Amino acid sequence: MQEEYLLTMRHIEKRFPGVLALNGVDFSLRKGEIHALMGENGAGKSTLIKVLTGVYQMDGGEIRVDGEKIAIKSPQDAQNKGISTVYQEITLCPNLTVSENMFIGRCGAWVKRRDLEKKADEILTRLGIPARSTQLLGSCSLAVQQMVAIARAVDMNCKVLILDEPTSSLDDKEVKRLFGLMRDLKAQGVGIIFVTHFLDQVYEVSDRITVLRNGELVGEYLTEDLPQVQLVSKMIGKELEELGSLGETEDIMFGDKPVFYEAKGISSNEALPFDFSIRKGEVNGFTGLLGSGRSESVRAIFGADKVTGGEVTVNGEPVKIDRPIDAMRHGIGYLSEDRKRDGIIAELSVRENIILALQVMNGMFRPINRNESEAFADEYIKVLNIKTASMETPVGSLSGGNQQKVILARWLLTHPDYLILDEPTRGIDVGTKLEIQKLVLKLAEEGVSVTFISSEVEEMLRTCSRLIVMRDRHVVGELTGKDLNQTKVMKTIAGGEA
Amino acid sequence: MNKAFWKRKEPLNDTQLLMTITIVIFFVMYILAMILFGGGFLHVQQVFDMLNDNASLIIVTCGLTIVMIGGGIDISVGAVTSLVVMSCVLYLNKGGNIFVAVLLAVGIGLAFGLVHGFLVSYLEIQPFIVTLAGMFFARGMTTILSVNPQKVSHVAFNTFREKRIVIPWLGYTANNGNKIPARMELGVVIALACVILVWMLLKYVRLGRNFYAMGGNQQSALMLGINVKRTRFLSYILSGLLSGIAGFVFMMHTGAGNSTNAAGMEMNAIASAIIGGTLLTGGVGNVIGSFFGTMILTTIKKIVVASGLNDPWWQSITTGGMLCFFILLQSIVLGKRAKKRKT
Repeated sequence: MQEEYLLTMRHIEKRFPGVLALNGVDFSLRKGEIHALMGENGAGKSTLIKVLTGVYQMDGGEIRVDGEKIAIKSPQDAQNKGISTVYQEITLCPNLTVSENMFIGRCGAWVKRRDLEKKADEILTRLGIPARSTQLLGSCSLAVQQMVAIARAVDMNCKVLILDEPTSSLDDKEVKRLFGLMRDLKAQGVGIIFVTHFLDQVYEVSDRITVLRNGELVGEYLTEDLPQVQLVSKMIGKELEELGSLGETEDIMFGDKPVFYEAKGISSNEALPFDFSIRKGEVNGFTGLLGSGRSESVRAIFGADKVTGGEVTVNGEPVKIDRPIDAMRHGIGYLSEDRKRDGIIAELSVRENIILALQVMNGMFRPINRNESEAFADEYIKVLNIKTASMETPVGSLSGGNQQKVILARWLLTHPDYLILDEPTRGIDVGTKLEIQKLVLKLAEEGVSVTFISSEVEEMLRTCSRLIVMRDRHVVGELTGKDLNQTKVMKTIAGGEA
Repeated sequence: MNKAFWKRKEPLNDTQLLMTITIVIFFVMYILAMILFGGGFLHVQQVFDMLNDNASLIIVTCGLTIVMIGGGIDISVGAVTSLVVMSCVLYLNKGGNIFVAVLLAVGIGLAFGLVHGFLVSYLEIQPFIVTLAGMFFARGMTTILSVNPQKVSHVAFNTFREKRIVIPWLGYTANNGNKIPARMELGVVIALACVILVWMLLKYVRLGRNFYAMGGNQQSALMLGINVKRTRFLSYILSGLLSGIAGFVFMMHTGAGNSTNAAGMEMNAIASAIIGGTLLTGGVGNVIGSFFGTMILTTIKKIVVASGLNDPWWQSITTGGMLCFFILLQSIVLGKRAKKRKT
């Protein structure tokens, strides 16, 4: 079979102040293939995508589509040249209808509503997307919004479809449907660039893998020729043995350690009443499907939502935790699920973000002086291995994993007795994930209690000694000791054995 | 009426919902006024007077609504209107031509829109600051042109501006038995035409939908292939253009120029737009709603006067209260919706 290159990128270079984000990267895409673009955060995936979609202008190199050299000036230009992107964060307008979102920016000067709606409905039906053309986009689920974005791209006769983390907000069923859609498009000859952090998904759909690391090309491989472990080691550039060092945690019995936090019948306007306790130095976790009430439960513990009832004791003494500041005063820290919305203040520097929580604890009339804050920032940048140009760099310009570390540093600085980590490893690369897992275990050794939430059961099993399983906003089981295995967790979540 | 309109598949969207609330409240308020105060409220002329007095405000609000839907703000509209009035009055008094005066009005408005649009869109300066500067500039220019009030002495123009659309059958019989027909100024026709044209622009033209997209999510609009900079640029140009037209209509109404003309009009326009369901955050709003927003504000003022509270501050206080009430209502309604969607 003659291989036909749809897209070739040669020696792409992109410079940002102080950083060479892409250093002579090559990438090629064949017709009708799903090509996974892999790499840790900061490896240059997003930058490469943004160069290809015209968000950034490259500083060197050339891009050819169908053998023809092109310059991509803007996202609009990229679309016109057959390169469409569906981003991780939905880039549609929630205040417009589904059909408007599909056609805006590319319809005639006069909007023929009915025609467009009819056309949109046809496409939605053909692709099996459960949405009506006249529906407001904002009233659709995130998954459907994503599919609408793909439908838009498909209708634009795109040759190259870029899917940037498309599955991060989808459940299994929706992922299956998306993959079906991807395979259909592939059969039609569309070249798909698939960016994701989920290794299993890469092996499920992709034909080829290109790995980037530190802005450089590591290599291009056929998926079937590259075992998963190899891929991981190529991505993080570490030897395989190192990966194994995070083995099974010993089953420590916490029976003799004192209880740090205990809640009876705690509830909030988002969470149903539940009982919960954690001992000093214990790592436990909430698990369950998305929407099972995991996050809502820990938010109730932290007082992030309106607490409506329950009795709480910290170190055996009854306390009232209604607001986050109450929780912080009792030594509880909370790393929120959505770091963009609840955690990071993108415009502030790394240093300012790190000292934020401590400053709040101290109160506004006792400012932390400059030298002190610099010392703190310096220390934690080193301890957590935060990759930043300097401590005065705005956090917004860091990669996701490093932003997460900054928030973590913020809480560590307050020396919490109890740290709640809600999805601390979501959307970040394998290497940083491992670092964070190690850190959690180290903290526990030092006597800090940690509640850990992650969508990846495997990760939870590795770090937690007790798992609280939730289903439909109820606690349906607690697993410890030998029950801590994937099968048992799955069964409990599914409701086979409660 | 189109059958499909009644058999809707979809619930009202935020824009339609807020607009419907505004319209319903206007009619409830007006009917209440008719019942409680009777008198003037029972005559069609009352509505005509409300339109006559506010034609320029309605036009200015149209422009502002466009800018606000796009996620911006233009607080220069009142001052530009005032500058247009003064310029045109002086020009006409020098024996100018009416058509050239219209061009002058439109030209001044466009010039302001052009500069605002350029600074906001291409140099990315905060719209509030830019249009604040524009406001001061226009006010200053008005005063430079003439500190003293200037009456239009242009004969042809005065004949033109005295023209009324007379509708006898909508009139009423005065106490002395005289038939008084309903009279509407020509400016009202211009204002209503502006409302309809802008409504069509926002609903049926690509540019109009782009305003909504831009106001809804600027980043998304960019990714969807909309030229956001140009779209934003055009929103300020339209606002400037409409301010220019409003200035001419204002002059037709008052027949004089004064440096305090249209004082506070920008604030009334913002209040009208907000009452009409336009969100300051952008992406939601409708010019029909804005029109009824103006009508609600005017009705409130008429009611205050009818209640015998003649002191001017009562109008301000009730306007403030009304604005507060609507914002509260909107946030409650939209908040409930968002919650419902979540579950």
